[in-house]
Amino acid sequence: MNHDIFIAILATAVTAGTPILYAALGEILTERAGILNLGVEGMMLVGAVCGFIIALNTANPWYGILIAMLAGGAVALIHALLTITLKANQVVSGLALTMFGTGLSGYIGKSYVGMPLPAPFHKIALPGLSNIPVIGPVFFNQDPMVYLSYILVAALWFLTFKTRSGLHLRAVGENPAAADSMGVNAFQIRYIYVVIGGMLAGIGGAYLSLYYVPSWMENITAGRGWIAVALVIFATWNPVNALWGSYLFGGIDALGFRLQTLNVNVSPYFLKMLPYIFTVVVLVLVTKRNMVKRIGSPQALGLPYDREER
Amino acid sequence: MKKFSSKIILAFAALLMVALLTAGCGGSKTENKTAGQSGEPEKLKVGFVYIGPVDDNGWTTAHDQGRKYLEEKLPYVETSYVENVPENPADAERVITQLAEEGNKVIFTTSFGYMDPTINVAKKYPDVIFLHCSGYKNDKNVAAYFGRMYQARYLSGIAAGKATKSNLIGYVAAFPIPEVIRGINAFTLGVQKVNPDAKVKVVWTHTWIDAAAEKDAAVALLDSGADVIAQHQDSPGPQQAAEAVGKFGVGYNSDMGKMAPKAVLTSPVWNWGPFYVQIVQAIKEGKFDSTPKCGSLTYWPGLKDGIIGLAPYGPMVSEETKQLIEQEKQRIISGEWDVFTGPIKDQQGQVKVPDGQKLSDNDMLNMDWFVQGVEGSTK
Repeated sequence: MNHDIFIAILATAVTAGTPILYAALGEILTERAGILNLGVEGMMLVGAVCGFIIALNTANPWYGILIAMLAGGAVALIHALLTITLKANQVVSGLALTMFGTGLSGYIGKSYVGMPLPAPFHKIALPGLSNIPVIGPVFFNQDPMVYLSYILVAALWFLTFKTRSGLHLRAVGENPAAADSMGVNAFQIRYIYVVIGGMLAGIGGAYLSLYYVPSWMENITAGRGWIAVALVIFATWNPVNALWGSYLFGGIDALGFRLQTLNVNVSPYFLKMLPYIFTVVVLVLVTKRNMVKRIGSPQALGLPYDREER
Repeated sequence: MKKFSSKIILAFAALLMVALLTAGCGGSKTENKTAGQSGEPEKLKVGFVYIGPVDDNGWTTAHDQGRKYLEEKLPYVETSYVENVPENPADAERVITQLAEEGNKVIFTTSFGYMDPTINVAKKYPDVIFLHCSGYKNDKNVAAYFGRMYQARYLSGIAAGKATKSNLIGYVAAFPIPEVIRGINAFTLGVQKVNPDAKVKVVWTHTWIDAAAEKDAAVALLDSGADVIAQHQDSPGPQQAAEAVGKFGVGYNSDMGKMAPKAVLTSPVWNWGPFYVQIVQAIKEGKFDSTPKCGSLTYWPGLKDGIIGLAPYGPMVSEETKQLIEQEKQRIISGEWDVFTGPIKDQQGQVKVPDGQKLSDNDMLNMDWFVQGVEGSTK
């Protein structure tokens, strides 16, 4: 395998991982607050189609991203209402959200299928940084949304582990009753992070329709939302782990295609299975008692919080 | 207790939502023209079952255009359709039965997975004639049909062979099944007709439609030196990948030139209308016979019948190339020659079709080997 192909595989892994990364960062925040949202795929699709329509009509991808955020957040709000206020089963509500998002996005996007986008995002080589051997062309010769995701990862890591708000967030996911008794508004925090989670999923979807493809196709995410859900566990609810995890998960497909062009045949079924095998392994690890402490996985994940049942 | 029951109600509400939404996306729509007015002879009702939405710009749109053409050409025909029908036996049988109950005398089921449901329902409605697309099972009142898409792929291969400068053409392909392998082989024979040195490199995506993955596969091929990208995929992703780096491509299913105008040389496309008219006329005249004549298929029409063809050429295709393609097209239409006429060798250089012989329909329908000039594996 020569040098150029090696660089190309790594650079593709970054682009392929970015939509998964955004969605996974959103789901990390949501799950850190103790809410499981399996509707990532649906929120991504609604974000992808709304972002695409706006970007097409305004010829500005940034407006597309903005609307994708709002659309993803709006869909997540349904989940928040159902699971936080009405205390419905989070798994059922999340699954319903995925089906809802798939249907809704197909309906909204019917007349936009396959249309080319006049002004998608473009690659911008960062001066200086992009000249560093290997790292430059892989990480710093990308589009603006990739650069934004680097900043976001750092910001979310800082927020989660180094700030008071982050402490509140983790407390609500760990033990909402205790947090509540300390004066932290558990309901409000859960609402906020579920909606932010939806916004980030919306961006992840819009990245596909505004840069990666860039075009709208029904079900454009093709299962990437589910990979993001698996990635959250793989990343042990840590934004920094999500960064390299998403490149690993995203890069697997790209690697498979490259290997085929080099006449190396690895079963694609095996490659498609890999992210989930990794996830299962991590799941087994995180159930160990001492690991739970170290990782700090949200203990109240999936449980509705009811003040009266305290 | 009150809390408990309200939770149950919520769970049910959520479930109901799921059920409604599933019905929403898998829902059916029937478009019935007003029935014949009094005095007019009773119309022949023809029903269609579709796998996707009628505006998918691909497979289902092509069938639906055929339906519209049928209704336009034969005034005594009245059509209806049901779109987004899942391939599982329960849904497919329900929809096909419903169409039969509504008085349709001819029913087209247009996806591979409807094969067994069609056969099953047909047993209960012996007076109704069923036509199933792309399968291999027939019955007294069920005929399997498909189109010789490989002929159009051969023609598009000529355009690709003329366009390549690096002598490497990439082919993004869905699944290693006979239909796709046959298309790759025919395309490669077209390429080599005009450019014996050119090779066709295949990457399997293992998905019919995933625009992002298809694009990645195309990029991998472009990076390995390909300068024309052909595809057996449903999204324009590979064509857009070629356009992004100033290379060429050959689309599929519909005129993908609309989605990547600077790249697409042409696209092999379906045109079911003439065949649908032909078959419904035959049924009306009582000439229907479901005996398989082309391998396991009752009908396997091709270029001659006008059911497949090439979408309009892009501006980069030269007059000379267009003329050459037209010549080859006429040669196939006349019946003197077909794509898989020997001598044809496989990847290992073994003669698979001896000089002057034509591959039988049955061998074409079960093709599991690549011709010489294809780089890739059929597994």
